[in-house]
Amino acid sequence: MHTPDLKDHAVLAAQFNANEPRVNWHDETLWWVRQKRDRMAWSLPEWEALRDAASAIKHNVLGNLHEYLLEFERNAIANGAAVHWAANAAEHNRIVLQLLQQQGVKRIVKSKSMLTEECHLNPYLAENGIEVIDTDLGERIVQLAKEPPSHIVLPCIHKKKEEIGELFHEHLGTPAGNADPQFLTAAARTHLRTEFLQSRVAITGVNFAVAETGEMVVCTNEGNADMGAHLADMHIACMGIEKLVPQRKHLGVFLRLLARSATGQPITTYSSHFSKPKPGQQLHIVLVDNGRSRQLGRADFRNSLKCIRCGACMNTCPVYRRSGGHSYHNAIAGPIGAILAPNLDMKQYADLPFASTLCGSCSNVCPVKIDIHQQLYKWRQVITEEGQAPASKAAGMKLMAAVLSSPGRYRFAGKAARWLLRTMPGLINNRFNPWYKQRELPEPPATSFAAWYKKNR
Amino acid sequence: MNSRDQILAAVKANQPAASALPDLDGFAAPGTAGVEAFRKVAETMGSRVITISSEAEIPALLKEYFSDMPLIVSADPAIAAWCPNAPVNWKEGDGRQLQHVDLAIVRAQLGVAENGALWLTEAALQVRVLPFIAQHLAVVLQADTILPTMHHAYNVIGDLRSGFGVFIAGPSKTADIEQSLVLGAHGAKSLTIIIV
Repeated sequence: MHTPDLKDHAVLAAQFNANEPRVNWHDETLWWVRQKRDRMAWSLPEWEALRDAASAIKHNVLGNLHEYLLEFERNAIANGAAVHWAANAAEHNRIVLQLLQQQGVKRIVKSKSMLTEECHLNPYLAENGIEVIDTDLGERIVQLAKEPPSHIVLPCIHKKKEEIGELFHEHLGTPAGNADPQFLTAAARTHLRTEFLQSRVAITGVNFAVAETGEMVVCTNEGNADMGAHLADMHIACMGIEKLVPQRKHLGVFLRLLARSATGQPITTYSSHFSKPKPGQQLHIVLVDNGRSRQLGRADFRNSLKCIRCGACMNTCPVYRRSGGHSYHNAIAGPIGAILAPNLDMKQYADLPFASTLCGSCSNVCPVKIDIHQQLYKWRQVITEEGQAPASKAAGMKLMAAVLSSPGRYRFAGKAARWLLRTMPGLINNRFNPWYKQRELPEPPATSFAAWYKKNR
Repeated sequence: MNSRDQILAAVKANQPAASALPDLDGFAAPGTAGVEAFRKVAETMGSRVITISSEAEIPALLKEYFSDMPLIVSADPAIAAWCPNAPVNWKEGDGRQLQHVDLAIVRAQLGVAENGALWLTEAALQVRVLPFIAQHLAVVLQADTILPTMHHAYNVIGDLRSGFGVFIAGPSKTADIEQSLVLGAHGAKSLTIIIV
């Protein structure tokens, strides 16, 4: 069994599944987003060629990352930015804190950045007396609820509007019982405008960084990254080292794929290209490794670094849709999270590669053609070899291997199982058998196929 | 070794063999993009598209569509002449001086038919935050600058350097509450595209 302090996907998924209508709604909502993605993909005859090109560009980036990082740094500095390097999450957080302390600020705005979630920046800054206001509406909602985002593109997809109305009533003083999305969005606009206007520092994530120009592209629908960054005296952009693309023209490929894959829009409302700080402003870029260079060295798993964080693999995943983002207990949930997380901590995230049916739908929708389901399968082997698989699973697999490798044992086991299911079904169909959860076992056949074949051939 | 050198050394040691970049020319085959194709997509993105035959029609258009907006600011000198209420010093400051602007009018360098996006540069915006902080946005676009795809767009803007540039494709929006689409999240609540 897992040691008690380790979180487990199956246990957390069971909690999410306690409310069945909620699960069905979650499932259907995400499938609807997946269908919007399909309509967009099918409307472009060159869709598959675009995926191939995107994957090839990212492959080129992985093979030249050292050179591109140096080129990006050189050009960003020439543009007037300061470039910082962080080997891990702790160093990233220290760099950001130091910059904020330099500015003497106590309250700042931040737009969507999964990297800062990965580094747990908000709680670190809170411990140091600095409050971060998340400005993406979905992120602000989960922040008010004191929860992490459950989806990288749709942070509060697990929340019903009535719960959001309740949160806004409590924190923003909206009338009790008002759960109208239009009304609540307007209330958030007013609340966050005040924050934008007061904040002297803005943190943003980065969708793409261009080696050739030293610029960064940030994509939002709400305009929150721009409201924050353009009003601030200091703009801090935090990015993983894998976010690079070689040249500006390559953005064409990725901006065509990103929003279509993510939400089924032809492009996000805003695709902002930041290269020079505005006059009088400081621009700081924090380049973060945090395990990425290690993943780059794992031949079987390095393709995961191609990810552009569109979330399409989550929207299509039958396990994600029915277990919810929080069951992955990692900043990035879903299939892509399950192949990124074990690189960060194999013990802590040993359960995630097993939280999949290996149906391959994730790989089919991935805009950069990451072989996600194959990597899930390979992680299972690595995790088991390293002794990180749960003991019950390891024992079960050993037993299974012993039975399946011997025809005699296999025949005996089949016979015993058929007899047991017929005479004492309760012995197998009970709550101690994980295969019995949420499903009935089939009627046992009267005879095995081998016996039938012997008789009828 | 500092973190920079440490990261660079690890990346160098672990990166796979270099592979070639794909040729993107096939995606940008010469082709025309009609105003109608652009209009159709822009409208599905929530933009209002108005076609006029000459910029001289803009004052009449402002009267017809924006008469309820007292504070209109334009970063374009020709259009600014038709915005009498704009403070003369609206460009001075850190951007917060624009928080009460009702409508900003700016000029796009080009439009993209496949997604209804408009490319705006820092030079055209004068103040970077202008198209985001204004309650509403109007963009003037020359019909002959509409290109078919993003590849065509980058072929035009690829070598041009601007401190800041942005593709804007519609009003600010969110669907974070139960996937219900709401226009007017943090940026402009509406986008009017004036095609000349």
